Amino acid sequence: MADANTHQAKIQFGYRRHPDQDRPGQSPAEHPVVIVGAGPVGLSLAIDLAQRGQRVVLLDDADRIGEGSRAICFSKRSLEYWDRLGVADRMVDKGVVWSVGRIFHGESQLYQFNLLPEDGHKRPAFINLQQYYAEAYLVDRISDLPDIDLRWRNKVTALEQRNDSVALTIETPEGAYRLHAQYIIACDGARSSLRQMVGAEFGGQVFEDQFLIADVKMTAEFPTERWFWFDPPFHAGRSALLHKQPDDVWRIDLQLNRYADPVVEKKPENVRPRIARMLGHDKFEFEWISLYKFQCRRMDRFIHGRVIFAGDSAHQVSPFGARGANSGLEDAENLSWKLDRVLRGTSPASLLESYHVERSLAADENIRESTRSTDFMAPNSHQEARLRKAVLSLAKETEFGKRMVNGGRLSVPCSYDSPLSSRDAEAWGGGPSPGCSMLDAPVSTRGGGQAYLTDAFRKGGTDFTLLSFGNGAAIDTPDGVKDIRIGGEGGLADPQGLVAKRYDAEPGSAYLLRPDGYVAARFRHPTRAGVAAALSRAAGLN
Amino acid sequence: MPLSTSSNFARPDDAFRAIVEAHRGLTEEQSADFDAALVLILANHIGDIDVLREALVLAKRRMIDGQQQQQQQQ
Ligand SMILES: Cc1cc2nc3c(=O)[nH]c(=O)nc-3n(C[C@H](O)[C@H](O)[C@H](O)COP(=O)(O)OP(=O)(O)OC[C@H]3O[C@@H](n4cnc5c(N)ncnc54)[C@H](O)[C@@H]3O)c2cc1C
Repeated sequence: MADANTHQAKIQFGYRRHPDQDRPGQSPAEHPVVIVGAGPVGLSLAIDLAQRGQRVVLLDDADRIGEGSRAICFSKRSLEYWDRLGVADRMVDKGVVWSVGRIFHGESQLYQFNLLPEDGHKRPAFINLQQYYAEAYLVDRISDLPDIDLRWRNKVTALEQRNDSVALTIETPEGAYRLHAQYIIACDGARSSLRQMVGAEFGGQVFEDQFLIADVKMTAEFPTERWFWFDPPFHAGRSALLHKQPDDVWRIDLQLNRYADPVVEKKPENVRPRIARMLGHDKFEFEWISLYKFQCRRMDRFIHGRVIFAGDSAHQVSPFGARGANSGLEDAENLSWKLDRVLRGTSPASLLESYHVERSLAADENIRESTRSTDFMAPNSHQEARLRKAVLSLAKETEFGKRMVNGGRLSVPCSYDSPLSSRDAEAWGGGPSPGCSMLDAPVSTRGGGQAYLTDAFRKGGTDFTLLSFGNGAAIDTPDGVKDIRIGGEGGLADPQGLVAKRYDAEPGSAYLLRPDGYVAARFRHPTRAGVAAALSRAAGLN
Repeated sequence: MPLSTSSNFARPDDAFRAIVEAHRGLTEEQSADFDAALVLILANHIGDIDVLREALVLAKRRMIDGQQQQQQQQ
């Protein structure tokens, strides 16, 4: 792809023949779930399903990871999810932790922001980590899980929907074979061939301006902050970004105009002077160079019969805001518990529809946010450019101007207006309302050990969980619901009072959390019947 | 609170005049830049997205009315 591809694939995987390939054509192997695509989304979803006790076949048409530079910024929410999948420590240890960003206009700083200005969270606002490391760690984790059957160089080439299953045709180096599955999860990326196979459209917007993305290796003393420039002296009239990655690699984005010739612009000898102007020296090596035209698109429906789309196959965003992989991971965590329940028969298949409802709302939000950022960077008309100019100049003097400057709004979990949520019946002055993601806070165990609420949730098995406060009218939790008690006898302590504060809790208050850590319902005075009703709603049972 | 379209200035002529005078001596380009900044400052001062949307609709109606008049004349 790029001429300066000095970065070798980190990991190469061998194709291995599977006994499924030896079955006679008329009786292919049957599997409950086949995931197509071993990118960050497919890999994470496979681990999640396997941890829930499902057997998963995961197919990928390539035999390696580590192609090019793609995602680098992984959100707190993604790290909390990866914690549950047993891979977050490794990601954070390797990654570059950050929470501060600065926006410059011309020579001067307009403002700085902190994405996590408070303490008491297990995970940071963001880490930067090359996508190939994230994928490599996920693949390593998969090797601990015998229920995942990961098959490299298995390319899906045809798909046929039947009443009770889907038939796939899979191409391998040794020829084609067929598989049947109850559900196919298409995590096959933005150019999804499964999307074409189900005949779905992928509508949206392509941005005209091009962006040059280079990963350069150098030792530099810049802080681990996200630096974004409008109209910098070294790249007049356009925007630029600088962000640190592990291994002394720096991500540099330079906006180019719509007429730039990709072949010419990508040549290292042409990129080098641009970056030297930015850095003030040319003591750096290229890891990777590419030129992108960004797009914001989504499928109308994420579910087509028994084929369910997740990640970039379902929705694509421009990267300003780091909403691509992060939102795909949210898809995975949203889908996994629902699919698990449907396969077990504890919830009806109609529960899956809520995946489409919730995650297509999220896709709209992510597309809206990243479209606004990209439009702000590359105004579409003279008048848009004029308004932007006014914002940038007002930002020097006014707070409201600073807040209108849009150099990327970084990924946060979206809140769902969802059929699975039960509305508040009592008054709450704060805390996550039904449809919002749980918040982390420090807790301590009886033995005095320090931990976090997200740890307690994970250790409980990431199932439906009743988070209750104080000794109040403790109710028996319904069958199958896990318990987290804060305060009271035998509960976790809330040493800094932050759990109670972040959840606006009083003694007796309780939150019903879904297996993906979203709030299903909350109660000032929980009753067994009230909790049971919220539970069956959240499980799609009524 | 809906968009107020009753007259709010004690002396409306002063307000109109102040805006007109602010544009005096500016080129077309500068005037347009000036208006862009002014709109943003006033919009923030209002600070209510519903009022802003109503104002946008009211202003936009001039464009539509203008187009219709043009079409009728043709
Ligand atoms: C320059 C750039 C910067 C970015 N920065 C960020 C960021 O900072 N943060 C962020 O969250 N996101 C970022 N993104 C987006 C992120 O890279 C993607 O959202 C993410 O890779 C999507 O993951 P996925 O698993 O859905 O798909 P992919 O990673 O595209 O994986 C799809 C997989 O499916 C396989 N496949 C395809 N077709 C078939 C088939 N027919 N049969 C079998 N296998 C198949 C492919 O080989 C591939 O392995 C960035 C993207 C770009 C381009």
